[in-house]
Amino acid sequence: MKAFSNLLSDLILTSSRNRKLSLLEQYFSSTPDPDRGYALAALTGSLNFKNIKSSFFKDLIKEKQDEHLFDLSYDYVGDLAETISLLWDQEKGGNMPRLSSLFENLEKAKTDEIKNHIINILNISTADQRWAFIKLFTGGLRIGVSSRLVKQALANYGNVDLEEIEKIWHGLHFPYTNLFSWLENKGSKPKISIYDIFHPMMLAHPLVMEKDLAAANPKEFVAEYKWDGIRVQIVSHSGGCRLYSRTGDEVSKSFPEIIKTIQGNFVLDGELLAGINNDPKTFNDLQQRLNKKAPSEKFIEKNPCFIKVYDVLFFNGDDLRDKTLIERKKVLSSYFSTNRSPMFLSETIEFKDWRFLDKIRDISNKQIHEGVMIKSVSSPYIAGRPRGKWFKWKRNPKNVDAIIMYAQRGHGKRSSFYSDYTFGVFNKEKELVPIGKAYSGFTDEELNRLDKFVRSKTINRFGPVREVEKTLVVEIAFDEMSLSHRHKSGIALRFPRFKRIRWDKPTNEVETLEQIRKSFLE
Amino acid sequence: MISIDNKLYIRDIDTYIDPFFPVERAIITHGHADHARAGHKHVLCTPETSEIMKIRYGENCASSFQTIKYGHSVKIGKISVTFYPAAHILGSAQVLLETAKHRILVTGDYKTILDRHLDPFEVVPCDLLITEATFGLPIFKFNKPEMEIERLLNNISKNRENTFLIGAYSLGKAQRIIWLLREAGFSDDIFVHGSMDKLCDFYQSKGIRLGTLRKATLDNKKDFKGKIIVAPPSALKDRWSRRFENITRCYASGWMQVKQRAKQSQIEIPLVISDHSDWNELTNTIKQTGAEKVWITHGREDALKYWCEKNGIQAEPLSLQHRDETSEL
Repeated sequence: MKAFSNLLSDLILTSSRNRKLSLLEQYFSSTPDPDRGYALAALTGSLNFKNIKSSFFKDLIKEKQDEHLFDLSYDYVGDLAETISLLWDQEKGGNMPRLSSLFENLEKAKTDEIKNHIINILNISTADQRWAFIKLFTGGLRIGVSSRLVKQALANYGNVDLEEIEKIWHGLHFPYTNLFSWLENKGSKPKISIYDIFHPMMLAHPLVMEKDLAAANPKEFVAEYKWDGIRVQIVSHSGGCRLYSRTGDEVSKSFPEIIKTIQGNFVLDGELLAGINNDPKTFNDLQQRLNKKAPSEKFIEKNPCFIKVYDVLFFNGDDLRDKTLIERKKVLSSYFSTNRSPMFLSETIEFKDWRFLDKIRDISNKQIHEGVMIKSVSSPYIAGRPRGKWFKWKRNPKNVDAIIMYAQRGHGKRSSFYSDYTFGVFNKEKELVPIGKAYSGFTDEELNRLDKFVRSKTINRFGPVREVEKTLVVEIAFDEMSLSHRHKSGIALRFPRFKRIRWDKPTNEVETLEQIRKSFLE
Repeated sequence: MISIDNKLYIRDIDTYIDPFFPVERAIITHGHADHARAGHKHVLCTPETSEIMKIRYGENCASSFQTIKYGHSVKIGKISVTFYPAAHILGSAQVLLETAKHRILVTGDYKTILDRHLDPFEVVPCDLLITEATFGLPIFKFNKPEMEIERLLNNISKNRENTFLIGAYSLGKAQRIIWLLREAGFSDDIFVHGSMDKLCDFYQSKGIRLGTLRKATLDNKKDFKGKIIVAPPSALKDRWSRRFENITRCYASGWMQVKQRAKQSQIEIPLVISDHSDWNELTNTIKQTGAEKVWITHGREDALKYWCEKNGIQAEPLSLQHRDETSEL
């Protein structure tokens, strides 16, 4: 437990990715089984333990500490585990059990013993250990470490590719002894059923027409819409159905109505979208669902989702990944000859030449797709981003001029630079309203100059935020504009970034909010 | 009864304590900028505080200084004024205002734990206690600073490629950190930001050994590998810090008790070392002075007021402006 709490304390205060990785590696190499298995489960959010709720710890502390003083402290700290760990009396000393015995003892304890057991542990631990301990039980460590980062650390530790870990991850189980022994070259790679795991996805390259396809025969390619949802892998067998995101994170819990309905023996690849009956809504609508980890039935009914399927990896026990795309599509179309709602076949686009597709990718009045996908008919399903097989041809970015209003410091290497900018345009009342925030698209040299601009033109400070003179115009590129009730301007930009800095342009030549809305939303 | 108001103005003798604006007569508890301002006519303070004010604001920052040492008194009208050590920084004093029937104690900023480079804090019994409450929440319970320094030194010995930049307030905290490092046996040269070298010299002249200090202005970035640089917190993330490579940011402050707060400020090694009292020190002091009434000048006053009332002591927050939590930063 000591080592684990040190690890958490170090991780939360480390901003560099490399340092986080080396902290994790050091921990895995110096901690025995099964303790490191518990830690791995906790760090990747897969620790299943008798659910001790946060209210349990709240009640504990209120027995020891005045309730009003607790409330004031909690308001100030904002994190329950940390508040309680700091309010608890100083440690009384004693031997802190190792992580595994800590869990095993709690597992063995009868319901009426658990409370005393936990009090005892809190009594003998330091503030940092209490903090780590409470975090373990109240779910979600929130220490700025993703499960992907943890897997990367495992990959580094065993000197294997991250992809290999991703491939078997979902078939691995606590306490991961077989995984560690493989990584340490003491055992063979764990064998996993295809239905227990996530299969790394095939990804597309951004298309550069002149270089990639101008000389190619359009007949050797299939075109589809590039849907604006999230990529999912559907793994279904007699034991149930699971959904994985592109990075291999399981997202089934967020979509209970979908995994409940899907039946069959297959692994499919598709896009999860908001909407019903194969009629997609915008990414903004999907965002509502993605924000909810455990949606209520009512919420699901209000925000339905469905999946457009465009590829198949396994079907009725057959591995189709080495078959060509055309063959795989045949399997799909025969499967979808009957209604499989909430799954639908993603339609292909008939086309004769590239010019036609070039037009198609920019046409969309409802913003439900963000361009087209072009895939070689002969391509097998290859994990990763193989060359020359799949291309994404995004619609051309849109541009808008806006005026820099606020700036904030960046993170890491950029922490001494004002590198995050809020920009806006004038509304009807001649009032400047923010329309977005951007922190990329400029060179280091330009950043130096922007930083100087912010420092010399500051007119106001709000904590870390500086308000600047409203004199600098920037050309912003963005993928999509949508209506938004969250912002005063009533619009939201998708993926805004700097295109050009218009040091010379006067602010009165910038288009107004009304003009922008007209040209992009109507 | 001595008459004092919520701006710490003592009418009987036309004197303010730690005023923010220029006045005829001021008593100054210590040299931090949120307590000691330039421009008063007559200033009463400890000898060390007067020297600090002259270093920071110039020889003519007040028309006249009258200084008294700890434990000594001056009589102004019917009121006798005595200074007691507050153990906050060099020269920091608690101010006792006393008549035959009435005792008021103004603590200024203080801590009660033993800090061997300063005169130890003394408990002064009084009727009205006017206290600070910078860390007036029960979550603030500070460990021994030696433990924090040990953690830092461990980290340095493991990461000799990095440069350790410690944010510490230029007056008091910076010198205490350096002194603690020396006490822990750290004998390497320590680099200091230009804003604090005069104050370090002053501490050294008072017999507080800070060892060899160098200005952090060398051109060669490599010179700072594995070294400690002490700078005011504001310099930690600013352009000044760009001259160093592989920075590990450290910050010495009571605020570092809260991890989330350290994380938000991108501090990798928080050093929970405070020159203010923690919760237990505040509440113990209130009890030990036997005060019937407590005024709270600044800080997290809600919790301390609540605690006082629960313990049968009248309490009133003064919410003195300009002294918010940033004064400690």
